[in-house]
Amino acid sequence: MAVAILLLLIAIASVLFHLLSPWWWTPLASNWHYIDDTITLTFWITGAVFSAVVVFMAYCVFRFRHKEGRRADYNPENKKLEGWLTIATAVGVAAMLAPGLVVWHQFVTVPADATEIEVMGQQWMWSYRLPGKDGRLGTSDARKISAENPMGLSPNDPNGQDDIVIQNDDLHLPVGKPVKVLLRSIDVLHDFYVPEFRAKMDMIPGSVTYYWFTPTRAGTFDVLCAELCGSAHAQMRSKVIVEEEKDYHAWLEKQRTFAELSGQPNVAKAAYKTKSE
Amino acid sequence: MVDIPLDTVAGIPPAEVGEVELYHPRSWWTRYVFSQDAKIIAVQYSITAMAIGMVALVLSWLMRLQLGFPGTFSFIDANQYLQFITMHGMIMVVYLLTALFLGGFGNYLIPLMVGARDMVFPYVNMLSYWIYLLAVVVLVSTFFVPGGPTGAGWTLYPPQAILSGTPGQDWGIVLMLASLILFIIGFTMGGLNYVVTVLQGRTRGMTLMRMPLTVWGIFTATVMALLAFPALFVASVMLLLDRLLGTSFFMPTLVEMGQLTKYGGGSPIMFQHLFWFFGHPEVYIVALPAFGIISDLISVHARKNIFGYRMMVWAIVGIGALSFVVWAHHMYVSGMNPYFGFFFATTTLIIAIPTAIKVYNWVLTLWRGDIHLTIPMLFALAFIVTFVNGGLTGLFLGNVVVDVPLSDTMFVVAHFHMVMGIAPIMAVFGGLYHWYPKVTGRMLNEGLGRFHFWVSFLGAYAIFFPMHYLGLLGMPRRYHDIGETSFVPASAHDLNAFMSIAALIVGFAQLVFLFNLVWSLFKGKEAGGNPWGAASLEWQTPETPPAHGNWGKELPIVYRWAYDYSVPGAGRDFVPQNEPPAGLSAQGSHP
Repeated sequence: MAVAILLLLIAIASVLFHLLSPWWWTPLASNWHYIDDTITLTFWITGAVFSAVVVFMAYCVFRFRHKEGRRADYNPENKKLEGWLTIATAVGVAAMLAPGLVVWHQFVTVPADATEIEVMGQQWMWSYRLPGKDGRLGTSDARKISAENPMGLSPNDPNGQDDIVIQNDDLHLPVGKPVKVLLRSIDVLHDFYVPEFRAKMDMIPGSVTYYWFTPTRAGTFDVLCAELCGSAHAQMRSKVIVEEEKDYHAWLEKQRTFAELSGQPNVAKAAYKTKSE
Repeated sequence: MVDIPLDTVAGIPPAEVGEVELYHPRSWWTRYVFSQDAKIIAVQYSITAMAIGMVALVLSWLMRLQLGFPGTFSFIDANQYLQFITMHGMIMVVYLLTALFLGGFGNYLIPLMVGARDMVFPYVNMLSYWIYLLAVVVLVSTFFVPGGPTGAGWTLYPPQAILSGTPGQDWGIVLMLASLILFIIGFTMGGLNYVVTVLQGRTRGMTLMRMPLTVWGIFTATVMALLAFPALFVASVMLLLDRLLGTSFFMPTLVEMGQLTKYGGGSPIMFQHLFWFFGHPEVYIVALPAFGIISDLISVHARKNIFGYRMMVWAIVGIGALSFVVWAHHMYVSGMNPYFGFFFATTTLIIAIPTAIKVYNWVLTLWRGDIHLTIPMLFALAFIVTFVNGGLTGLFLGNVVVDVPLSDTMFVVAHFHMVMGIAPIMAVFGGLYHWYPKVTGRMLNEGLGRFHFWVSFLGAYAIFFPMHYLGLLGMPRRYHDIGETSFVPASAHDLNAFMSIAALIVGFAQLVFLFNLVWSLFKGKEAGGNPWGAASLEWQTPETPPAHGNWGKELPIVYRWAYDYSVPGAGRDFVPQNEPPAGLSAQGSHP
């Protein structure tokens, strides 16, 4: 009896905890409400199954617990029942999988108008690179990294001369503009993680990974590293500041280009301009 | 050689070959230490696994202390925290659960349950234990070498695992890889024994479709392990070469603390593919024996035949096969080609179907049963609750786009602890309470057992159920201290402290269990040969504990499946597998 009640209590308490607890995902700051919707749907389906199984167990323990003279039924198989349960499960699984794959398709399809930016991880700080007025990022190579060239840009690539290099400082993004984030690491695995954006991806030395999102509201968001990267993993922090386009441009004007950083003032003299100007 | 019996009992083929003479121990040393008896080896495996498991339990206390009360304990710093999580994870998954299920339960139960006198290769079986012990010793030694154990995380991902920004990159990682290599060598010796014994060592009448589900679970898990561990083996060897000889299998061109390294051209993702090609089947290498044990416990203690035996067998085999095409669901945000996500999400969610069938069949076995709420039954019920909980959260992480925000957060930690920590441990405890009387001839203490059960089950649930919500919140895993953030409210820290206190209490209950194991050995109630009234073969030995060779003069002959409980018309509510069909007792029997 006590066992049956406790099983029932576990089911009820789990559901109540889900409904009442103050711990829930952070307010969304990107276009990925589709992901939140898929999670909500998954909670509904899995929550129903969990409650059904545990309540059924509680009932069985209550109803069929041992009493003097009770004898269990003998029924090794019921193909029809098992068949129906299998079909119902398959339907439930498909109901979660299908929307999940549709949203994943959106996730891997980068919009054509997305601006490419680069995030570089290293033990244990974040650097960022924004395309200059040509709108293109120059090539880079880990072997070119030096004190003057912390991101290892190729000095001979003209596309890279006007790139904005932000070492160990905050990243600013304009609100409402899709960005394709190119992710790079020069030492170990890192993961550029901003909880409010939902999207994230590991950064692998030797290759460039990516994802895209559109910031949907202004604000300052914490950047954390989500892939174990060594001793100071927990201290690897930065901030993303999403702001109106006007403020963004004002900030951009103050940043330095790769050419300026590598001591070529003439090349960089033409101040940064965006495509819209 | 023994004479081959020529008589044919109805439906039972005559033996095709005679019995092989067993090696008989001549001294105390060969009987109890360098034993070739699978039962002794099983006990050796179990004790060693539990001992190293205690180390991992203490490490989890230290981690929970740090997480619950960051900054309070000066003896835990960021490096040590990483070392604790690494060793805790590796020990629990490989050195405790794999060794206990396959080396412990497998060695004890397979020969007894299929009616064999011993494993087919007893000497190799003995070697498997001693190499396992060596692997454990090498692992433990890393606590005492310069730099301490590796802090690379239990997945040991390169380049981090071997670069200088990681604790234990000096000796720790080298010894860890050496220990894994040894473990796999030892396991392969044991594993070949389990597979060959199941396929070739069964007694007459023990068809594959009459085997208890425990044997099916362990057998399938072993086949999987023999296919999956080689991937870890080669990954370990290659990583060791990268570390020691400067090869670059997994190492691209990279800069270490501002300096360009000698490495170049390798691929870190390649390691992850090898690791998870082992790592995902590993989840089921632990889960399938648990599934089998739970099936047997529920059937025995509900006095009812297991519902849908054939489906249960095919579900075990199906899960085993499918688990080899889902590994990359651990790598959705690893930077692999994003189009793999479609394939791996689909295969991963398909596994939910055979898994769900198993759950349905367990609860339908309870339906109209005669449920005895013994301690093994309580643990079986707890297994179902925690396994269903953890399995369902697996659907979040398997569904690729839902995984994106949740991966690398505490949600993942909560999920895998529920599904492959707590649930299998519940099966381990249920199995230990169930079979302890066969191993020792005595029952475990009932009162201590109930205390152990309630504290472990409710306590573990209280730790890991709320933890999912910290993950939803965005709290990353592998952080010794979350520090200042804009998104973690103060209440989340209180929740963390609560979970840590629960963890300390649950840990204490395990000490009570260990005490019970030792105390009952001397003071426990005499059990008799078959205290639960179980039908499967291991309970029908002429002696308890079973003597060397298990079956006395003659091997048993099996006439029915292992689940003839409450057969209509039969006198008792169980019919042992080796009871010849006579009169009513055969009626209604499963073939």
